[in-house]
Amino acid sequence: MNSTLIRCSDVTLGYENMTVLEHVSFELNKGDYLCVVGENGAGKSTLIKCLAGLKKPMEGKITFSGSVNRRDVGYLPQQTAIQRDFPTSVREVVMSGCLNNSRLIPFYSKADRERAANHMAELGIGELADKSYRELSGGQQQRVLLARALCASNKMLILDEPVTGLDPIVTGEIYSIIKKINHKYGMTIIMVSHDVKTAVKNANKILHLKNTVQFFGSTEEYLNSSTGREFIGGQR
Amino acid sequence: MLEMLSYPFIIRALVVGTLVSLCSALLGVNLVLKRYSMIGDGLSHVAFSAMAVATVMNWAPLWVAIPVVIAASFILLQLSSGGKLSGDSAIALLSTGALAIGIFIISMKSGINTDINNYMFGSVLAISKSDVSLSVMLSLVVLVLYVLFYNKIFAVTFDEPFARATGVKVDFYNMLIAVLTAVTIVLGMRMIGALLISSLIIFPAMSSMRLFKCFSSVVICSAVISVMCFIAGLVVSFEYSAPTGASVVIINIAVFAVFCAIDFIKGRIHLKDSAFDK
Repeated sequence: MNSTLIRCSDVTLGYENMTVLEHVSFELNKGDYLCVVGENGAGKSTLIKCLAGLKKPMEGKITFSGSVNRRDVGYLPQQTAIQRDFPTSVREVVMSGCLNNSRLIPFYSKADRERAANHMAELGIGELADKSYRELSGGQQQRVLLARALCASNKMLILDEPVTGLDPIVTGEIYSIIKKINHKYGMTIIMVSHDVKTAVKNANKILHLKNTVQFFGSTEEYLNSSTGREFIGGQR
Repeated sequence: MLEMLSYPFIIRALVVGTLVSLCSALLGVNLVLKRYSMIGDGLSHVAFSAMAVATVMNWAPLWVAIPVVIAASFILLQLSSGGKLSGDSAIALLSTGALAIGIFIISMKSGINTDINNYMFGSVLAISKSDVSLSVMLSLVVLVLYVLFYNKIFAVTFDEPFARATGVKVDFYNMLIAVLTAVTIVLGMRMIGALLISSLIIFPAMSSMRLFKCFSSVVICSAVISVMCFIAGLVVSFEYSAPTGASVVIINIAVFAVFCAIDFIKGRIHLKDSAFDK
């Protein structure tokens, strides 16, 4: 069954008086894997922030439907400078993903602990649970943040350039984890990526932005479109 | 040493000081990690100015200072999150501005002497009986709120965008941290001094971050260090008739130095071990 999970209708985004993106419309079904591509400054991150609920659209509407609501979003933001030397254990970080489910109770429940442990085990960081987050490698840190995002939602994952600064091998590992999450749980994935070739390999839908929508559709259509051919050709 | 406990003012200082040290250590970890270390400094100068006005007008200092400093903490947060002024210059503006106003007002009335000295550098004698109950109550409120919201405060400090995306009310918790800090600063500044109170926020957190690597242990260690340093400082100040604030800060410096040394030695041993492994 193809139920629409998220619908963007004629969304315009910007900062103060400056418009970054306009007339963005698309919709995604459950289990879709969308890659948002485009050049720097095309408004990719701005759109992602809006989908994650960090920014309000200037015009237009984003609606979640069916069983999903605003809180059911697992978000993987770009890393900040504060995090790199933040004294915290892996478990503490992953657990903090459970906060939206225990909004009335100030402390974590047993179920929260189990969920966090399961996700850590699944992403291969189970034995790192008590290690210090800042002493991990970039790839391990990204797995930790993914586990945290999975604790926050099992329906939709929004990723903002998840492989920035990682070496090719680790990049491949992260992409295959994301692919697995998409397949195994039928989670909807929305990912911003610089790397259009990998995007095309993994995603089933592509949204190409250049201050407005240049292309939205399935990956096959994108590969045959002039926008797609030009952009992928340009990257070689 | 036990003799000091026979003075009621020392007992009062011990009770209020211990609670304030506890609060400032807990909040300090978050403020340092959020790069808001100097917020305590800015707020204490505002508190100085508010207390100067209260002295001149003959109002109860705490009742004037607490609302004023809470208001100042709101303004600071707005200024630095709005992006119009960067955080550190906003704090510098506020703190020097408030200090100037405070000194101006106080000199109108009494001439610059003991009052200024006491507020700037603190005095154990400053805590009156009626202040004790208010201070104890407020610091207990700070502690309870901190413990209740510990997980959310962690999430907001570690990763604001993520917390916001998962529906944590980030702005509310930032406000909460600011308000709790404001209350703690006002309660502590008369004993420790407006110029020194921010060290109570920064030192314990910095010391414990040298040795501990997980958030909960940093927080606990910081609380323990802070209380121990306060008690030790009070004893030292009593024995040598030195100002309490300065004594407490000196003990904190010593602890920081020791923790740095341990961290350094641990690093060397670790290096040696890994050299042997090869």
